[in-house]
Amino acid sequence: MKKAILSGNEAIARGFIEAGGKLAAAYPGTPSTEVLETLSCEEGIHAEWSVNEKVALEVAIGGALSGVRSLACMKHVGVNVAADPLMTASYTGVNAGLVLFAADDPGMFSSQNEQDTRHFARLGKMPCIEPSDSAEAKEYIKAAFDLSESFDTPVILRTTTRISHCKSVVEVGIAEPRAGRGLARDFGKYVMLPNNAKKRHVFVEDRLLRLKEWAETSPLNQVIDGDTSLGFITSGISFQYVREAFPKAAVLKLGMTFPLPEKLIRKFASSVTKLAVVEELDPFLEEQIKAMGITIHLGKNVLPLAGEFSQRLVQEKISGSALKVNEPVSGLLVRPPTFCPGCSHRGLYTVLSKLKLYVSGDIGCYTLGALPPFSAMHTCICMGASISAAHGTAKGLALQGTQQKPVAVIGDSTFLHSGITGLINMIYNNGDAIVIIMNNDTTGMTGGQEHAGTGRSAKGTEAPRLDIAKLCQAIGVTRVREIDAYNIKDLEKTMKEELAAPGPSVLISNQPCVLRYRVSKKAYVVEKETCKGCKLCLKAGCIALSFTPEGKTGFVEIDPLLCNGCGVCSQLCTSGAMKNS
Amino acid sequence: MKTFNILISGVGGQGVLLTSKVIAEAALLSGLDVKQSEVHGMAQRGGSVLSQVRFGEKVFSPIVSEGEANLLIGFEPLETARYLHFLKDDGVVIYNTRPIGTIGVSIAAEKYPADINETIKARAKTVMPFDGTQLAVTAGDKRTLNLVLLGAALKFLPLKESAVLDAIKNTVPKKVLEINQRAFAAGRAQGK
Ligand SMILES: Cc1ncc(C[n+]2csc(CCOP(=O)(O)OP(=O)(O)O)c2C)c(N)n1
Repeated sequence: MKKAILSGNEAIARGFIEAGGKLAAAYPGTPSTEVLETLSCEEGIHAEWSVNEKVALEVAIGGALSGVRSLACMKHVGVNVAADPLMTASYTGVNAGLVLFAADDPGMFSSQNEQDTRHFARLGKMPCIEPSDSAEAKEYIKAAFDLSESFDTPVILRTTTRISHCKSVVEVGIAEPRAGRGLARDFGKYVMLPNNAKKRHVFVEDRLLRLKEWAETSPLNQVIDGDTSLGFITSGISFQYVREAFPKAAVLKLGMTFPLPEKLIRKFASSVTKLAVVEELDPFLEEQIKAMGITIHLGKNVLPLAGEFSQRLVQEKISGSALKVNEPVSGLLVRPPTFCPGCSHRGLYTVLSKLKLYVSGDIGCYTLGALPPFSAMHTCICMGASISAAHGTAKGLALQGTQQKPVAVIGDSTFLHSGITGLINMIYNNGDAIVIIMNNDTTGMTGGQEHAGTGRSAKGTEAPRLDIAKLCQAIGVTRVREIDAYNIKDLEKTMKEELAAPGPSVLISNQPCVLRYRVSKKAYVVEKETCKGCKLCLKAGCIALSFTPEGKTGFVEIDPLLCNGCGVCSQLCTSGAMKNS
Repeated sequence: MKTFNILISGVGGQGVLLTSKVIAEAALLSGLDVKQSEVHGMAQRGGSVLSQVRFGEKVFSPIVSEGEANLLIGFEPLETARYLHFLKDDGVVIYNTRPIGTIGVSIAAEKYPADINETIKARAKTVMPFDGTQLAVTAGDKRTLNLVLLGAALKFLPLKESAVLDAIKNTVPKKVLEINQRAFAAGRAQGK
């Protein structure tokens, strides 16, 4: 068998192939994105970017009902979006296997909250499986499909960033041939009218009892014999930290974290003198184990609820003594993320910041406009919230006697994900706001994935291209205008016109993402003699610029290796010192 | 062998991930257990990025804790300084001296630390600073900085050169293999 170094996400994709999986639907979201990206290169598998997570899960449900093993992938907050179909899919059960892969982000490397997906398994009364490295990720997704089919249930495969994005050694196996099961038709099982759902709820409760029994002897849960003076119950990445920090200790490693094997846990707990439960985020295992009447000596009483763990953290918190380590170099500048040189979002925020407008924000690269020097985004809640919240804000201000047009800024992928509904709502309810759709022809923040507006499928083949302007017109927006986000003067003029105009408007910028499409224009240079050192250009907030306080006034320089030639800074220059010819 | 821990730090977009990928592949080719961790998403937009590689007989955690790193490879001085406390007492630092300002520096709200090279020197016994960006540009593309630094790091890696060379072949896309091999050789000559 061939050995390869795969990330957890690549391993999940590989496991899906080996499990004979046929249909995968996802919406991008760090740290989950690479599962679908990997599958999109695979022949014989339908892999698609769906417009959002709810749609992705519903597509996968349809796939499972049609008779093929189906997978929906998303980040943790995506499960909120998909929660509606998820809860009832638990009642209908499956035909061929159905797995929801959800990736949590402890430490919030790239997320707006730190919620713990395991609660959804409990809420929906379905199994939750957690691998602790890539090799397990590959095997566990296979187990998830078997479990799904033998218990007639959707299964949640949950990872965290360190599982999804860490790479480790995997033995690549072969894909098992798997015939489709054919379309399932069963009125009582798949049509969730109240009378059918009542019976299915009873089934769900019984299924949960049977799953608990299965968990007692499942190979997913393992006892590692060792020193019993302090024993650990743990799962996922925390297992690795425990093994590293306490290599000799007895460990009960739970591969299935819902439902729990009560007898196995009881037996393990009684075999050790002191019991520690080590899990990132919520005390999900801990509370269930405590509810069994088992004493936990060390758990969330010493371990944090927020942030990610490490071997050092586990060692220090469990042993109760700090390790001696060097202090970090003090006073270092922080380096927050920022717009790429050449990014079209920069021009827009230069203007929004200058006009001091109230901006109802959304999630994407353009959220970086909330940071200095722009500081021109005032809310960021969840995908799609910008338009609906701007509408509510305008109404709320009006109720307080203030007529003010808020601005909503939203990306193309986010608009198609869940901004459309907000826009329909605003038009229907006689709202008034300026909606700016930053169409850069890609899902930028997550690394440049296709979507319904790019004209290409996940596999890179040609696809129908949704026309955002026409769509807005069809919704009933009468003022739809195209803007050039690189042209600061024009943009400012347009903004002022739309602020003065009665009723809502939609402004669409159609400039490609410079990173995704590798746009690179000739770098600008500063004529030192002409530069007055006024620093106006620095308002462009670009890392290619720097100011040297030498000579009488100081001067600005442009790093030729970083400059992308977009010209935004040169438009801010009043002395004509910036040239690119 | 005892687990060998490497930190690779830089600025999003500098190509940090390729260096760790090649090292991990070389470790695998050497028959070792290996784990590698990286950060995707938000931080890749010009933020501070860190990748970690650990290899040895058996590796549990994929991340390196404070005081555990044998080697720190920095793509940028400030990002090198940020992780110095992760080094073991005898840990080695190899870094590119070409600074990239933070957004705060670019808007003249803060100053890039003038004494950054001294700071780094003071915190580690073995330090190898050089202008890797220049070597990469000479090799043909600034993006080959990752292979320049890898070349310079070679003599501190407990891996055979042949394994590293094979790993480069397995990992780097064919189209840009030659220029990357040139960058690696340039880094290696620097490291000698
Ligand atoms: C419900 C949910 N799904 C996925 C994500 C991950 N995510 C963050 S931003 C983003 C999309 C950004 O694309 P776009 O709106 O086109 O803006 P861009 O980054 O290209 O500027 C995604 C998918 C999320 N935060 N929430």
